[in-house]
Amino acid sequence: MKMTAMTDVTTDNQTPPTLTEEPAAAPVAEPIQMPQVPEQETELSGETVGNIHCENPFMIANDVNVYYGDNHAIKNVSLEIGKKEVIALIGPSGCGKSTFLRCLNRMNDTIETARVTGQITLDGKDIHRKEQDPVALRARVGMVFQKPNPFPKSIYDNVAYGPRIHGLAADRAELDDIVHTSLERAGLLKEVKDRLDEPGTSLSGGQQQRLCIARTIAVNPEVILMDEPCSALDPIATARIEDLMDELCEDYAIVIVTHSMQQAARVSRRVAYFHLGLLVEVDETDRIFTNPQHRLTEDYITGRIG
Amino acid sequence: MQSTTLILLLGFMATAAFYFGRGRSLSLVGGPGHGTALHSLPGYYGYYVAIWVAIPALALLLLWVMVEPKLIVTLVVSGLPEAYRDLSPGELNLLINNIQNLASGDVVSVAVDETLQAAANQFNQYAAQSRQILAVLALGFAGLGGAIAWRRIHPDLRARNRVERVIRWFLIAASSIAIFTTVGIVLSVLFEAIRFFQKVPITEFLFGLNWSPQMAIRADQVGSSGSFGAVPLFTGTLLVTAIAMVVAVPVGLMTAIYLAEYSSARVRATAKPLLEVLAGIPTVVYGFFAALTVAPWVRQAGESVGLEVASESALAAGLVMGIMIIPLVSSLSDDAINAVPTAMRDGALGLGSTRSETMTKVILPAALPGIVGGILLAVSRAIGETMIVVMAAGLAANLTANPFEAVTTVTVQIVTLLVGDQEFDSAKTLAAFALGLMLFVVTLFLNVIGLNVVRKYREQYD
Ligand SMILES: Nc1ncnc2c1ncn2[C@@H]1O[C@H](COP(=O)(O)OP(=O)(O)OP(=O)(O)O)[C@@H](O)[C@H]1O
Ligand SMILES: [Mg+2]
Repeated sequence: MKMTAMTDVTTDNQTPPTLTEEPAAAPVAEPIQMPQVPEQETELSGETVGNIHCENPFMIANDVNVYYGDNHAIKNVSLEIGKKEVIALIGPSGCGKSTFLRCLNRMNDTIETARVTGQITLDGKDIHRKEQDPVALRARVGMVFQKPNPFPKSIYDNVAYGPRIHGLAADRAELDDIVHTSLERAGLLKEVKDRLDEPGTSLSGGQQQRLCIARTIAVNPEVILMDEPCSALDPIATARIEDLMDELCEDYAIVIVTHSMQQAARVSRRVAYFHLGLLVEVDETDRIFTNPQHRLTEDYITGRIG
Repeated sequence: MQSTTLILLLGFMATAAFYFGRGRSLSLVGGPGHGTALHSLPGYYGYYVAIWVAIPALALLLLWVMVEPKLIVTLVVSGLPEAYRDLSPGELNLLINNIQNLASGDVVSVAVDETLQAAANQFNQYAAQSRQILAVLALGFAGLGGAIAWRRIHPDLRARNRVERVIRWFLIAASSIAIFTTVGIVLSVLFEAIRFFQKVPITEFLFGLNWSPQMAIRADQVGSSGSFGAVPLFTGTLLVTAIAMVVAVPVGLMTAIYLAEYSSARVRATAKPLLEVLAGIPTVVYGFFAALTVAPWVRQAGESVGLEVASESALAAGLVMGIMIIPLVSSLSDDAINAVPTAMRDGALGLGSTRSETMTKVILPAALPGIVGGILLAVSRAIGETMIVVMAAGLAANLTANPFEAVTTVTVQIVTLLVGDQEFDSAKTLAAFALGLMLFVVTLFLNVIGLNVVRKYREQYD
């Protein structure tokens, strides 16, 4: 599976770099002679290489900084997220992917110590402006979490939760309709059609995650943020959710955090590589995986760091 | 030899046995470097020998302590002159008491004559002999046990399994203590209650509407026929408990919600310990707060709106009891709310719920089993609470649902019944046991219902 995925990316390029060919000797030797640390630090200039812009930007982050108390977790990150595209955030653990993701729907507001500076716009409007209600923002920018977290309610009520609190359905029939289409789009309807009254927690992990996706799209958001949505799932469930993302990006902008290079390669159109709070490189997925510009990006995707 | 010295000596022997046992197990396989050749870790062989030293000897000690006094008494009595043999059991008991007192140098209720003195001397002599025999036997048992275990040590001996089996039995014994104590208490209360129901019909007790437990002390005494209808007591208890819960549940729950979800870390850090201080105030203090401050205040407030309020009222007692229970409800609910995973909270917020929607629609339902459990504990606490009610609610057994009147509760009546100067088997005193039994049944019933509710929600939410 790993090999096929990687070769998928590399086939259409004439210079297959370090990806599949040399996993045997060289990369093992490299990290040992890693007193290149000072060299790395000079490489971390804070400039993002590649292209942070996209054709049809919907969300624009401009010079965003996040501090957790004294910990400067995100440093001067600027990034555009386009309509109808999937953008993947990758990078070693602790580099700030989740933190950046949580800026986009102001979930960092719920963390007491977190402080966000810089500008983020959604459809041209600053999401930090005074009149912006964070609650309304989160209805437009939905979020799917790493661990499936269905509410302790029935499957039906889980999906109906969002439409209910936002008053999206006029009557029961309309609500039924929303629930069914959301489950359908999340590819779960067939499996749960006859057991909508059972608790959401009685589903399997993969089903629960699709339930959470259904729950998110039931609110009809414009952007969907996914923080490692498949990390708790087996390959089959993962494949289903990846297919689902393919379909969903017809209508939504999707930002996905993932630790799986193969997943990023399969589902995303652009990839952003974070390192120690900096956005190191952003580019088209193909270019990132075949011809990364930055040394750190190359090291990461070839498995030398992270 | 004193039994404390004996026990210390046994402890010392067991400790020594541990080191010898461990050392022998290692030396059998050729030194500390070869411990892997043993079935168990060397320490287990040590424990194995120590157990064999300590347990048989301690068991003997226990048995001895239980049997010895009776044995000595029997011996002393059989040594008494013929004349004393056919005394009535009561008189014999008195005599034995006197002998024992004389022997230990206490005050004696009759003139000391020769036989008595002789018997006392005999008694002391037997006791001294018994202690000597015990010491020799116990140390012998310990030595013998240790020697047997020592000889049994062998690299293939499954020492760990044996030691762990002993440990398991210890744990079983420890946990049965609580159970047997409960059973014992219930049985003793039950027997006394049965004696009560032989004097007063159970139907009168359960359904009678009148409570005035004054029994005639002399046959010709007037006006004290005694009636034991417990209904007013239970309604009184219910009334006070209900008032307390009306205060404690909403306030406690909202406190918990505020502390868990809305307050900043600083507020939480000061407010929680303060609440716990509230829980640490002795109930007597609450009692006089209720009687001296709240009751007059309730009375004044009632009168200012034209209500007749007794100076001791169910309301005053209930209010103060509610305040007392707030920390219990709030800290248990706080625990339950905090136990709801952050993922649940994030999920709700991520869908665009407000804080209060998150709270009422997601977190509270998820925390409900814990909260219900906490409230039930609080109810049990309120029903069993005595001091506040004694001081603030009064002693009048009124059958009323009016919170402004004085009422009395089951626990208060138990106290007043038992501090009286009636003889122990009068109906008045025995009534306390019947009330205790009823109280026990009611709380048990509540707990069973509560646990079932909790379990049902658990199934739904886990
Ligand atoms: N709630 C928080 N409070 C304080 N510091 C935090 C908090 N969340 C994250 N951090 C810090 O911010 C930095 C970035 O964390 P973040 O969770 O964004 O990393 P990540 O890239 O998502 O890592 P992973 O791949 O392991 O999920 C880390 O140094 C982390 O310690
Ligand atoms: Mg993360």
